[in-house]
Amino acid sequence: MSAREAIFARLKANRPAGDYPLPAVPDFAPLVGDDLVAEFAERLARMGGRVERAGSPADPFAPVRSRLAGAAVIASAVPEFTGNRDLRAAQRPQDMADVDVAIVRARFGVAETGSVLFTQDDLIVNAVAYLAQHLIVLLDPADLLTNIQAAYRRPEFGRSAYAVLHTGPSATADIEGVLIHGAQGVRSLTVLLLQRKIQAA
Amino acid sequence: MSEELQSREREGVIHPEVRARSDESERGPDGQRLQHAEAASKPIRADAPREPQPRGAKVKGNRPIDQAEAAERFLAAPLHQKAHDERLWDVRKKRDTAAHGIPEWEELREIASQIKAHTLTHLDTYLEQFEAAAKANGVHVHWAEDGAAHNRIVLDILQKHGAKSLVKSKSMLTEECGFRHFMAANGIDIIETDLGERIQQLDDEEPSHVVMPAVHKTRLDVADVFARTLGTDPDNDDAHYLAESQRETTRPLILKADAGLTGCNFAIAETGTVVTCTNEGNADLSGNVPPLQIHSIGIEKIVPKVEHLGVFIRLLSRSALGSPITQYTSHFRGPRPGTEMHMVLVDNGRSERLGMEEFWTSLKCIRCGACMNTCPVYRRSGGLSYGATYSGPIGLIIDPTFNKRKYSTLPFSSTMNGSCTNVCPVKINIHEQIFAWRKVLAEEHQIPLLKQGMMKAAGAVLSRPAAYRAAIGAADSALRVLPRFAVYNPANTWGKKREMPHAPRQSFHAWYRQNRMNKDGQS
Amino acid sequence: MRIGLFVPCYVDAFEPEVGIATLELLERFGLDVEYPFDQTCCGQPMTNTGCHAEAAATEALFVKNFSGFDYVVAPSGSCVHQVREHLTAIPQTDEVKAVRSKTFELVEFLHDVMKIEELPWAAFPHRVAYHSNCNALRGIGHARPSELNRPYFSKPLNLLKKVKGIEIVDLARPDECCGFGGTFSVFEPAVSAKMGYDKVTDQARAGADYVVSADSSCLMHQKGCAERLGVPLKYIHIAQVLNGAAA
Repeated sequence: MSAREAIFARLKANRPAGDYPLPAVPDFAPLVGDDLVAEFAERLARMGGRVERAGSPADPFAPVRSRLAGAAVIASAVPEFTGNRDLRAAQRPQDMADVDVAIVRARFGVAETGSVLFTQDDLIVNAVAYLAQHLIVLLDPADLLTNIQAAYRRPEFGRSAYAVLHTGPSATADIEGVLIHGAQGVRSLTVLLLQRKIQAA
Repeated sequence: MSEELQSREREGVIHPEVRARSDESERGPDGQRLQHAEAASKPIRADAPREPQPRGAKVKGNRPIDQAEAAERFLAAPLHQKAHDERLWDVRKKRDTAAHGIPEWEELREIASQIKAHTLTHLDTYLEQFEAAAKANGVHVHWAEDGAAHNRIVLDILQKHGAKSLVKSKSMLTEECGFRHFMAANGIDIIETDLGERIQQLDDEEPSHVVMPAVHKTRLDVADVFARTLGTDPDNDDAHYLAESQRETTRPLILKADAGLTGCNFAIAETGTVVTCTNEGNADLSGNVPPLQIHSIGIEKIVPKVEHLGVFIRLLSRSALGSPITQYTSHFRGPRPGTEMHMVLVDNGRSERLGMEEFWTSLKCIRCGACMNTCPVYRRSGGLSYGATYSGPIGLIIDPTFNKRKYSTLPFSSTMNGSCTNVCPVKINIHEQIFAWRKVLAEEHQIPLLKQGMMKAAGAVLSRPAAYRAAIGAADSALRVLPRFAVYNPANTWGKKREMPHAPRQSFHAWYRQNRMNKDGQS
Repeated sequence: MRIGLFVPCYVDAFEPEVGIATLELLERFGLDVEYPFDQTCCGQPMTNTGCHAEAAATEALFVKNFSGFDYVVAPSGSCVHQVREHLTAIPQTDEVKAVRSKTFELVEFLHDVMKIEELPWAAFPHRVAYHSNCNALRGIGHARPSELNRPYFSKPLNLLKKVKGIEIVDLARPDECCGFGGTFSVFEPAVSAKMGYDKVTDQARAGADYVVSADSSCLMHQKGCAERLGVPLKYIHIAQVLNGAAA
């Protein structure tokens, strides 16, 4: 008997008696007010991230200019900004090791938690969102959802090879509860509120 | 009482001496101290003379673990014990705040518990669904009956790819399997990438907590370990310096690794997805950087649908750390172009446990650690005192399913106060299962003969009024006799640390006879 | 209404005043209280150690003693929890089930059954820390435990608020276990005592003069710890306070 068969045989033999129906999950009222941008910003700040409104149409990246100015290597996955490391030309994830700042666009944000979602298509190279020192995330305020429950009704989770919710930067407090950003992944995460030029399908 | 003292008390601190004067945690844009991830809400620091870290239980083969002995050594290191207690109590308080901020919290717990009960009672169906979905996603699916099989399967995958090094995120399942030790013996370099777990790996010690593996260590201990293993400055115990040193030394190992492995918080049957929840992003590094990707999955981790994550993700980090969500909630479903993704589904006793009428619901556990944080015994004895993969309340009811003799003592390391049951996000009746385990162990003679003999003697006295009255009839002798059944103390274990109760002039029984009964003995 | 008074073994041997106060308090409400003379124990020391077979004869004796009453009342949440939830080592006849379901802890009996509104004889002008026994709190529902997101209530504090002059102080960890835990206190003495020391320290720092509880077992443990630490706290059972003890 294969391991699989043995496990399934035991599962069938040992199935607990009784009827345990799958409960319906009610639609819980969102715990956020109507101003989703403000709620999102406040919650993300508590999780160690920050939110900036885009600058003028001529210079939408003004609020993160100082971060970009200090960066030698910038990898951009968005058409709004041209970096100096071509993600699409990358041969291996390790090629992202020296990236100072990565710029990516989120599929959507979640006001309840301050989270943003990326799939492999948004990141182009998944690893860039972790190997980069800093992450700048473009988010269209129209793409804000109320809560996690709403997020998990989105189709991305069923069809993406990789989907990830980021809520602030990499963090640890494994040493005496002292909060430190940049444990292994990015040291900072900044969300720049910037409308999509072309609405996502 | 001073205002400062009162405010401390409102925060639950009972050892104000472990309050740090300086505060090094990151701050938000408003200047407020941030409290997400595993962060303490107030700085806690055992800043006093160096105190050697107490080590865990002495494991002697199959002999029953002496948790009480290890706990006593932990208590003999007061800096460690106080910092540990305050730190975990702080996390428990943060959990309360998070839970009380959600009106439907108790309903969420109930729904989560029901989803788990449903899934566990239909596990064959959902595992088949998961397997089919994963295969359709291009994933290689493997089945392991036990830990040894899991390790062999992973080794085989690595050898087929000529892989010599593997970076991994924290996984209690791989701890169960003795994965690190097995791989070391087979010449594979394993690098833990969770900071706490990395500290424990470098110190050659098991994790002491499912979420905070090094929570029993002070920064001085970490400075010692890193100085010894990473070459850091032994006199620099700054937490930022230590964390940064670890980042800088681990990053090249991540970049060089031939393979990456993660555990699994939830496995979604309908989509074949593995979900991991981390704060450091290390599961994403392990899964996204090396050219070969492996996910180890306990078969009880299945939930039916993506929508159910809307329940569990809301509960997990709030229960664990009091933060609304982990920094990273990652959904691995298919391989990256040009790479392989493997999923190893591991039983290791789970299907047997499913058949244990009183204990199968322990399979609902989502490994949040809330029961450990709230457990007054755990906070005062440290996770390593349990000498088992799973410590604290959940460990007391899971460990004996792995080895009834070795872990026969653990269900007695509890006051059965019930706080664990109340914080459990999937409503496992932990303290009732502790009670039930004691019965099973006594019936199967897995408790010490002395203890069982004492209980037999106590039962004999307490079931015969005359014998009982003879034993405590005179107030004096009650002091000598009562401890025999109530506070039995062959070595005066009561009196070593506590004063004995004072003998009253007469028992209630004697008072009643004297004051409330006539000469005929009628009341 | 015929009430059977159950005086647990600890109370009988070490705290007879608690038994007396319970009896007198029930009688103040005009209740017909009987004390079955052959009573011993509820069986908890054995069942909590897993030794159910060893508890069977004691449980049978308990049922024999307390059969036929309208209510059985005891000044101990822990023992009542044992009777209600764990008195299962003997066959569950109708008689056994009836005794188990009619057994009440004193506070809940006064609060839920008697629904008492005033205690005109009771005055206790002291600063009091209330200690919730874990079985009373989480086992039989004396109050809302701090872990649960449910509306707050506390039956013992509702009763104590009817006592003139009493001032309740807040503990840093209001419903943390004190470490008694029955036989745990003997088999894990180091952790048990440390939990007790922490509890006593918390009570003292809260500014309490007295600690009041519905369980003598926890009080005995805490008192032993306080005396060892040299902390001048006094420990008294809620039955005594409600019965008008002047301290």
